[in-house]
Amino acid sequence: MNGTTLVLRALHHGERHLARELTTVAERHRTDHEVHHVATDLARWSREHVGRLADTAQEHGLDLGDSAGAPSGGVLSTLREKAVQAVGHRPEPGLLLLRDLRELHLGATENSLHWEMLAQIAQATGDDGLLAVASACHPRTLRQMRWTNTMIKNLSPQVLTSP
Amino acid sequence: MDASVDRIARPWGSRTPYGRHEPWPVRVDTYLDAGVEPEQVRRWVQTASVLHSDGDAMDIAVVDGRMAGVRGRADDRVNRGRLGPKDLFGWQANASPDRLTRPLVRRDGRLVECDWGTAMERIVARSRELLDERGPGSIGFYTTGQLFLEEYYTLTVLARAGIGTNHLDGNTRLCTSTAAEALKESFGCDGQPGSYDDIDHADVIALFGHNIAETQPVQWMRILDRLEGGDPPRLVCVDPRPTPVAREATVHLAPRGGTNVALLNALLHEIIRTDRVDHDYVATHTVGFEELASRVKECTPEWAAGICDVPAARIGEAAELLGTADGLLSTVLQGVYQSHQATAAAVQINNLHLIRGMLGRPGAGVLQMNGQPTAQNTRECGADGDLPGFRNWQNDSHVADLARVWNVDPKTIPHYAPPTHAMQMFRYAEQGSVRMLWISGTNPAVSLPELSRIRSILAQDRLFVVVQDLFLTETAQLADVVLPAATWGEKTGTFTNADRTVHLSDKAVEPPGEARPDLDIFLDYAARMGFRDKDGGPLVTWHDPESAFEAWKRCSAGRPCDYTGLTYDRLRGGSGIQWPCNEQAPDGTERLYTDTISWAHPDVCESYGKDLVTGASDDAVEYRSLNPDGKAMIKAAAYLPPHEAPDHDHPFQLTTGRTIYHFHTRTKTARAPQLNEAAPDVWVEASATDAAGLGLDEGDLVEVTTPRGALRGRLRVTGIRPGLLFVPFHYGYWDTEAGHGPDGDTPGRAANETTVTDWDPASKQPLFKTAAAALRLVERGGGRSAPAPTTAASAPSGAHAVPATTGGPSALVRQSADAHRDGREDARPSRQEDAG
Repeated sequence: MNGTTLVLRALHHGERHLARELTTVAERHRTDHEVHHVATDLARWSREHVGRLADTAQEHGLDLGDSAGAPSGGVLSTLREKAVQAVGHRPEPGLLLLRDLRELHLGATENSLHWEMLAQIAQATGDDGLLAVASACHPRTLRQMRWTNTMIKNLSPQVLTSP
Repeated sequence: MDASVDRIARPWGSRTPYGRHEPWPVRVDTYLDAGVEPEQVRRWVQTASVLHSDGDAMDIAVVDGRMAGVRGRADDRVNRGRLGPKDLFGWQANASPDRLTRPLVRRDGRLVECDWGTAMERIVARSRELLDERGPGSIGFYTTGQLFLEEYYTLTVLARAGIGTNHLDGNTRLCTSTAAEALKESFGCDGQPGSYDDIDHADVIALFGHNIAETQPVQWMRILDRLEGGDPPRLVCVDPRPTPVAREATVHLAPRGGTNVALLNALLHEIIRTDRVDHDYVATHTVGFEELASRVKECTPEWAAGICDVPAARIGEAAELLGTADGLLSTVLQGVYQSHQATAAAVQINNLHLIRGMLGRPGAGVLQMNGQPTAQNTRECGADGDLPGFRNWQNDSHVADLARVWNVDPKTIPHYAPPTHAMQMFRYAEQGSVRMLWISGTNPAVSLPELSRIRSILAQDRLFVVVQDLFLTETAQLADVVLPAATWGEKTGTFTNADRTVHLSDKAVEPPGEARPDLDIFLDYAARMGFRDKDGGPLVTWHDPESAFEAWKRCSAGRPCDYTGLTYDRLRGGSGIQWPCNEQAPDGTERLYTDTISWAHPDVCESYGKDLVTGASDDAVEYRSLNPDGKAMIKAAAYLPPHEAPDHDHPFQLTTGRTIYHFHTRTKTARAPQLNEAAPDVWVEASATDAAGLGLDEGDLVEVTTPRGALRGRLRVTGIRPGLLFVPFHYGYWDTEAGHGPDGDTPGRAANETTVTDWDPASKQPLFKTAAAALRLVERGGGRSAPAPTTAASAPSGAHAVPATTGGPSALVRQSADAHRDGREDARPSRQEDAG
């Protein structure tokens, strides 16, 4: 396995993971409506990244399997939804939300570093196709990071200082 | 011109045609109580309308110490004497017998009358307790778009520097926060670029999601007058309903809900493709054009046609008009601001003007409109999620400057995060970290989305709710303390309309019973709480409207909304004046950005901007690197599908909106007989195609259901876009048996039973235009018709014999081309003697 396929594999895994996590967080925090809606939108970006990475990997002779970044659903998701509604009036989900946002931020940061590596490979090897993918996707990963950072900044004062 | 007109049947009155670049002729509208003749009116007291954002200047007729009518002010730049139906009839609500006249406190579960001392002490005791036990973050203030500048400013000072809470916002969040955000994104700072006078000069007027005929009827009169004059403008209308604007438009686009960004990107694509770009303007005044050009490269009319369900050829025709105009005026309102991707779409309209160089000269301007009459002032004064004077919360020197004005330590003013927006405040209350919510002049139990949730938040035992209002609204019924407020005509103050025109509103009559001006209530609270500045002096140093105005002037000095050149005396007698008004511009400022983009420099801008999709904040370093010289910023945005799409169970899109006859939750307009009778109850609009498909007919009682809830109303079949339902949001429960919400006997009536809790990530404005809904028959109409007006967007289609909306003799309004009217000069001297 060469460096390109190594990074492609890691990034494919990371974006797939982030898509799933964004979807899970969106469901878990359905009563924090902005988180719910924006996380759902941002999961779409990661799913698109998964698809583009799988196609790119194919071109580099690497089969990353199906792009299982599809949103989860079914019974478990319904249960999560009900659980969320039941605790909508309680403060603990605020702490849980900060934790989840932190995890999303770290996941996006990891992906960002891998996009950086991929872009460097593309430049070093003159691989225009690879560079195009990295240039198209990396900015959106950075925006996922900024979003989680902003939400943490805005919510922490209230969540962490109320008795 | 007819001598008198039924202004319910003909809301816009008679025409006074005028040609391009000519002054708009005067037409003075007068309405007096039955039996009152003009010569009986002893005093005319100067004010302007508080039932929309137009700022129609008027005088209140006072007879024997009571209001007896109104008359438009011929000298005013905004309306040249004209008044809209709400201006003409709405004032009658002041004398409604069910006004609150004494404070109420909740005892043993019931609201009972008490004196002011008891009510205020209860609020003060709870405030102190919460400050001690839970800190300033446990107290929130939710205000309105209908108080006066002096009141917002006082509230801001006591909340931000007195309590030290970050939780202060207005219901202007629902109507105008996207306008403010879009201006900040494009120009670095809030501030309406254009002027209403641009209507006199434009050759193309584009109205985006703006049914101006019903929301600012007096400016629609102006457009109608131009349409009948020489060299009339051509109109482009983007609206899914058959509004009066749509009927007059050269091109009408009725896109699928939630697709504004796709449509606008296609329009921008066409303008760039056909090279109708003002390259000199772009190079001199903007950054970001290349990014926009590349982003919209693929956004062809054919691409947008698939998303928006609008013919590609129509998009091309609209682009042709926008691209060839020599004086383009665009106006924007709730069809953009309350819809999906609100800020992203509003910014694309700014982009249209930036790339065409259509700014800062007569006829070339943008009006990012406001909904409410004094929304502009919540924004300026820091009561709508910003710091006062458009100061930047992320810029320490701006905060330090504000702290200097208030003589407090900068640390006192929360600025570690953006001021909390209303929807987040309600979330904190839901979770229990906000324990006191002081609601002034607004009715969230009808106006916020997903009402069952809002009621459950307000009804919590642990949440102490103070409501300050004129009537026992749905929200007041859920309060712990209710404070009876004086209103427009019963107090003095200033307010500013959507084109920055500042008007003075003088006190005409005494408030009923013990009702007190909102300013007095806030001043009383500040005094009882003993708020101090850093030297131990009182934090709030003013004591009446004029001294509050003078204090605000000091806060506004040197800022974009500079009021230092204005005084009460200057505002009395003549026309309203547009800010900034200062030494450099002693007569005010008609248009912003005539020479340069003045307020976008990194050191002066109000905001460093946000990601239009995620709402993530940019910081000073990013801003400075992208826009070091403070130019206008062209920001591109990709289209995202709406968050709720129709499906098998909910096959329709649902949008909510307004009628010309009502304002907000009808607390005033339902108490004006002519207005109430013109639109007495809720209705549901559907297209002829959809009605036929479901076997429904005009007047059938139908139920609209979404995953949040349901409401019932009678069906009006109109020329609305197929697949879309419309419900007016004005109706609630105070005039039903149930009181504040639906119960076993009273079905849902408020549109917001059904709306989704979702807001634009950048402006935080809730979205009311993109829910998915089901429609079913409850009961045949049997020949009845829907209680919907026939005069405007809810006009019936088809052959149905629906009785026309009329007002009859009690709605006859005098019209006169004569600016000289008896008694007018009396307004100034007599005011101070009599109104005291």
